[in-house]
Amino acid sequence: MYLYDDLDRTLVTERAAEFRDQVARRLSGELTEDEFKPLRLMNGIYLQLHAYMLRIALPYGSLSSDQMRTLAHVARRYDRNYGHFTTRQNIQFNWIKLAELPDAMDDLARAGLHGMQTSGNCVRNITTDQWAGVAPDEIEDPRVWAEILRQHLTLHPEFSFLPRKFKIAVTAAAHDRAAIRVHDIGLRLHRNGAGEVGFEVVVGGGLGRTPFIGKTIKPFLPKRDVLSYVEAVLRTYNQFGRRDNIYKARIKILVHDLGAEAFAKEVDAEWQPIKDGPLALDPAVVAAVAGHFRYPSYEALSDNPPELAKARASDRRFATWFANSVTNHKAPGYAIVTLSLKPEGGPPGDATAEQMDAIADLADRYSFGEIRVGHEQNLVLPHVAQRDLLALWKALDALGLATPNVGLVSDIIACPGLDYCSLANTRSIPVAQELTRRFRDLDLAQSLGRLHINISGCINACGHHHVGHIGLLGVEKNGEEFFQVTIGGQADENAMLGTLIGPAVPYAQVADVVEDIVEAYLELRTRPDEIFLDTVKRVGIEPFRERVYATR
Amino acid sequence: MRLVRAGRIVADQYVRVLDDEPIPDGVPVIVPAARFLADAEEILRREAPTGVLWPNNRRIAELAPHLDRLALVALEFPSFKDGRAYSQARVLREQFGFHGEMRATGNVLRDQFLFLMRAGFDAFEVVKDADAAVFAEAVARYSVFYQPAGDRRIPALRARLSLGTPALCERV
Repeated sequence: MYLYDDLDRTLVTERAAEFRDQVARRLSGELTEDEFKPLRLMNGIYLQLHAYMLRIALPYGSLSSDQMRTLAHVARRYDRNYGHFTTRQNIQFNWIKLAELPDAMDDLARAGLHGMQTSGNCVRNITTDQWAGVAPDEIEDPRVWAEILRQHLTLHPEFSFLPRKFKIAVTAAAHDRAAIRVHDIGLRLHRNGAGEVGFEVVVGGGLGRTPFIGKTIKPFLPKRDVLSYVEAVLRTYNQFGRRDNIYKARIKILVHDLGAEAFAKEVDAEWQPIKDGPLALDPAVVAAVAGHFRYPSYEALSDNPPELAKARASDRRFATWFANSVTNHKAPGYAIVTLSLKPEGGPPGDATAEQMDAIADLADRYSFGEIRVGHEQNLVLPHVAQRDLLALWKALDALGLATPNVGLVSDIIACPGLDYCSLANTRSIPVAQELTRRFRDLDLAQSLGRLHINISGCINACGHHHVGHIGLLGVEKNGEEFFQVTIGGQADENAMLGTLIGPAVPYAQVADVVEDIVEAYLELRTRPDEIFLDTVKRVGIEPFRERVYATR
Repeated sequence: MRLVRAGRIVADQYVRVLDDEPIPDGVPVIVPAARFLADAEEILRREAPTGVLWPNNRRIAELAPHLDRLALVALEFPSFKDGRAYSQARVLREQFGFHGEMRATGNVLRDQFLFLMRAGFDAFEVVKDADAAVFAEAVARYSVFYQPAGDRRIPALRARLSLGTPALCERV
């Protein structure tokens, strides 16, 4: 993982000091709430329904065991003993007091953590594949590029007051686990015809009120140009993006209004004068950043060691978990392990302080001290020796972190909804909790195969409902909570928006509706390995619509 | 409002001229962009320095042909959250090589000073007296900068190369 040096540490410490001063000015009345708001937002602090919420940046979802212990400490000392991992690979705490925030920031800064740019109209945490650096299907480690971009865009003097928030994702794998086509900028590392590695640049994707799949404006951008080109995109957006209506302020609207081709021309005009300037990346600079990443010293091991084969043969629960939550690693004899934060009846993405501490200990023992957060709101131990899997599973099982539902129907992505958020129309978490109870039968969940449910409590789409295989969007009708239901969305390299199947359904019926859709799928699929998404593609939405609305 | 230039509170030598007012002789003036463009030659022939107030919804490239004869460009921050002028400022300084005074005007508060300076501003019409008084302190808050911009600061990505082997912390 990336190791901070003195420069990185100094910046975070200086940021915490500045924030302490800003809070003091707010508490003394020198700053009005209006003036304080953009400042607190740039440090990840929202005012929610009941309290301030603090969102901590976990760059590209990577953290050390010590950082995880610091998060546990913050949960215990300043919050209500838990934290919530988000779809942006961050963590948020929901119950922090304003007067205590500066102390929490100092404690975090000592571990190299901060809330910079986790909210506000600036470039947000840059995300990437949660399996970066260990996935067998990547052409190189995308975190190096995410880190170069993170540094360049941290406290950027020109782009800290954009028309609206700005999200960048990077992938380097054949299978896109970073959802780059629904980002403001998506960067895909790939090899061109001449064998060189560079970036496909996708812009203007996004969900929210007006969802768009991003458009490719540069099929191949040499690596040396990535900073200058991203700067040119941001400069174009900063000058010409709409500022008169927050619902039309994202770059996707500018790209749509101008057309991708005209937008690309504007970017090119901004890019030409700067492309050979100080932003052209010297390979030595890239090497210096890459040199800050520490890779584990893997032992020379073989795949499927006897301990593992024996455990799989003798323990059915272990075998089920192994088949579901363990993934191939690029080093022989190692595995990538996903820790489900979606237990039956639990709020998706929550972890207690005790769980965080225990995960940190397990990461030290079994994963070279490293932990990842995935955008599906699960955690990952990225470097586990296969011979240790049984011992790790036993420990995770005791902690409630081994529910074998990764990628299955109960692995639900949900926004915080009306339980926390002042923007929400409906609750999301209780719907997710109810669905995990309805689909508690793991044999059924396994037999359904890959099926992603995404829930957003309002049109801002924090739960990414548009790209859920089944998407639920909370709407308000005459003061009552309703859900619009879409099916057929996906966020990967074949990104597509789901299709609405009919009128919104009342809150009390939404779990029944999901069950109806799932039953319809079971009847419609031609083979057990035809996943839900493929069935929807083959038969369209009509049979699902009929099933759901025939009796309603 | 206080004008801060070169880090100090100073008196403003410039007179703001509105669209329909006569331009006084022999005094430095700041005129609105539309008026300036309509009559640039005439205005620039005056004896005293000329400044232009440039709105942030107009392409800054339009000003390029006149820059070598302008003493000042003022860019607007209608609200602290509206960051268009940062881009205009960087383009003026870094691409068009403007060397005159670049002034931030509008909702200019303490927490923007450093960003503004880094974008190339060197004069600030500060709304609150208390903010103007702590200007030096506010711009000295950070010693590490990650990106090259309109100032001369060495970005961290470069600084690391000249530092030799970075002092990495094995356990962050």
